[in-house]
Amino acid sequence: MKAKIIKKKDILDRLINGYEVFAPVERDGLILFETIGSGSEALLGYQSSKMPPKGILFPQSETLFSYSSTKDTANIGVPPGLEKPRLIFGIRPCDAMSFRLLDKVFDGECKDPYYINRRATTVVVSVGCTTSRASCFCTAVGGGPFSAEGSDLLLIDIGDEYVVQIVSDKGARLLEERGFEDAGEDKLALVPEVIKAAEASMEPGVEIYGLKEKLDNRFDDPIWQQLTEKCLGCGVCTYLCPTCYCFDIVDEVVGSGGERIRIWDSCQFPLFTLQASGVNPRPTVRERFRQRIMHKFSYFVDVYDQIGCVGCGRCVTECPVNLDIRQVLNSIAQLEVVK
Amino acid sequence: MPELTNKIKEVARNLLQQKKVDLVIGFERGTMPSYSTPCFVRQDEEVDRLIWDSFCENNLAKYLVKRSEKVAIVAKGCDVRAVVELIKENQIRRDQVVIIGIPCQGMVDRRMVESALERKEIREVKEKHGELIIEGDDFKEVLNRDEFLYPSCKTCTHRNPVIYDVLVGDAITELDTDSYLDVEQFEALPAEERGEYLSKEFSKCIRCYACRNACPLCYCQECFVDSSKPQWIGKTTDASDTAIFHIMRAFHLAGRCVDCGACERACPMGVDIRKLNRKLVRDVKEWFGYEAGLSLEQVAPLSTFKPGDTEEFMLNP
Repeated sequence: MKAKIIKKKDILDRLINGYEVFAPVERDGLILFETIGSGSEALLGYQSSKMPPKGILFPQSETLFSYSSTKDTANIGVPPGLEKPRLIFGIRPCDAMSFRLLDKVFDGECKDPYYINRRATTVVVSVGCTTSRASCFCTAVGGGPFSAEGSDLLLIDIGDEYVVQIVSDKGARLLEERGFEDAGEDKLALVPEVIKAAEASMEPGVEIYGLKEKLDNRFDDPIWQQLTEKCLGCGVCTYLCPTCYCFDIVDEVVGSGGERIRIWDSCQFPLFTLQASGVNPRPTVRERFRQRIMHKFSYFVDVYDQIGCVGCGRCVTECPVNLDIRQVLNSIAQLEVVK
Repeated sequence: MPELTNKIKEVARNLLQQKKVDLVIGFERGTMPSYSTPCFVRQDEEVDRLIWDSFCENNLAKYLVKRSEKVAIVAKGCDVRAVVELIKENQIRRDQVVIIGIPCQGMVDRRMVESALERKEIREVKEKHGELIIEGDDFKEVLNRDEFLYPSCKTCTHRNPVIYDVLVGDAITELDTDSYLDVEQFEALPAEERGEYLSKEFSKCIRCYACRNACPLCYCQECFVDSSKPQWIGKTTDASDTAIFHIMRAFHLAGRCVDCGACERACPMGVDIRKLNRKLVRDVKEWFGYEAGLSLEQVAPLSTFKPGDTEEFMLNP
């Protein structure tokens, strides 16, 4: 492992210059990723942020372009690019993994310049999880408390210091530039124990193996009705999900000009699939909640060969009626495949 | 509260066995410590899922709208008030619903507990004699549950169900009348400060509509925010659009809101949604002597008209 070492209290001050830094902060009792002016503002010991960091790369509302017209002319205005490169500090490995999934969508077959530009100028510094929450299930969906997927640097907490694991060239260049010291053998020797203890504390409570086949097989099963009966049909699970990326595009028109804006949308809303004819192919929460599960655990797998969920557990803790995705998946997993 | 749990099960079992209802809506144990969750029971053998504890926070009246079957509902004081409003608004028939009323001791605010424990991960919660015994990986804390009730429970003056078919548990002493001190203090602020406060609160909103969808009285077939023809408000998180959503929703609930707090409990972002609702609850009480959901007979003041009504608000040159 290529690694550096840094004192916890020094790290942000060493990284902050030249970057617009997003870090976990507490605002009105909520832990959110916001820009910070100095290292002391960041909350290092948090467990999970209320909102996922996806909004930094894929904002909830984003002007794609503006337009105006006169009798003879039409003008298109493109929003300005980022002033400074960005650094996202202290996200959890599950959230860093979510960037990998978003990359597949926005930087795959279709290229989304808005996302790609932000992603290219952003350094991702994640911090491994030494403890897990009762809602965590990253290990069930291919992640782990010290997974480096999606990060440029991964911090491993060994007490007063972080061992900084170099994951990408982007991360390596940053550390070289800031003159971080190499981690000695004595420090590196502490790492495996930390990781082992964290992994042992994980109780994901869900089993994904063989699930896709059953989902595909049980699309019309009456079980969906039972599983979703309590769903309120709100957008909490999707808006707080680090991997939900569905969006809508709206025009905000004023006079002869306006803005074309991309906004988050949610498959849990009836409008998501309401057709101009008035027909809605997903008329109730049964079809809409099933869509959320199918998209992540079947369709995403078909297209990208990976599960579209990182197991962060936000939908578990924040659902107003405790409709726990793990319980839904387990209920499906218990069914037999019908030939 | 094992005795209440047992009585609820007994009542539910009898109702199902005697075919008096097709469905019992109550609560069951959630998937996490300090979470209870709505539960739909149709067979006697499922009755044992039902529970009652300090985390039965959802307003189950939400699930009564657009049902055709006969339903029994396990209902706290505020849930019953919502049922009363739904009956008055013709969303469910009185003879279609069996109210299993529970005198409510107030529900525990999970986020307040988490914050008191400095967000240490809770692994187990037990309740005994008004105490919450909370255990985590390296701690054990005992909290007095009454200090951790939801804000709406702290001001609730109708803990006992106002109507019911079966009462489970003994009636409890109601709190003194609600002084609406919070509303008065807010009204006393200068207009700019009130505006600033509300703007700050609404700026946290992510337009997930959990408040609307958790509200038992928000049952419009098409909510004004979803209308595209005409489009009343924008769909982005623009501050004025978000404010209009909350203001219009509050007005639409004027004289109907039972102040159960379901909106705030559902809100993931901690928006002070009740600020506007409570102002309107207080105004309706003061001006019309009406509190929503207290009786089936009392006429809802904003749904009626008398020729002698003063109308200075309509035109005041």
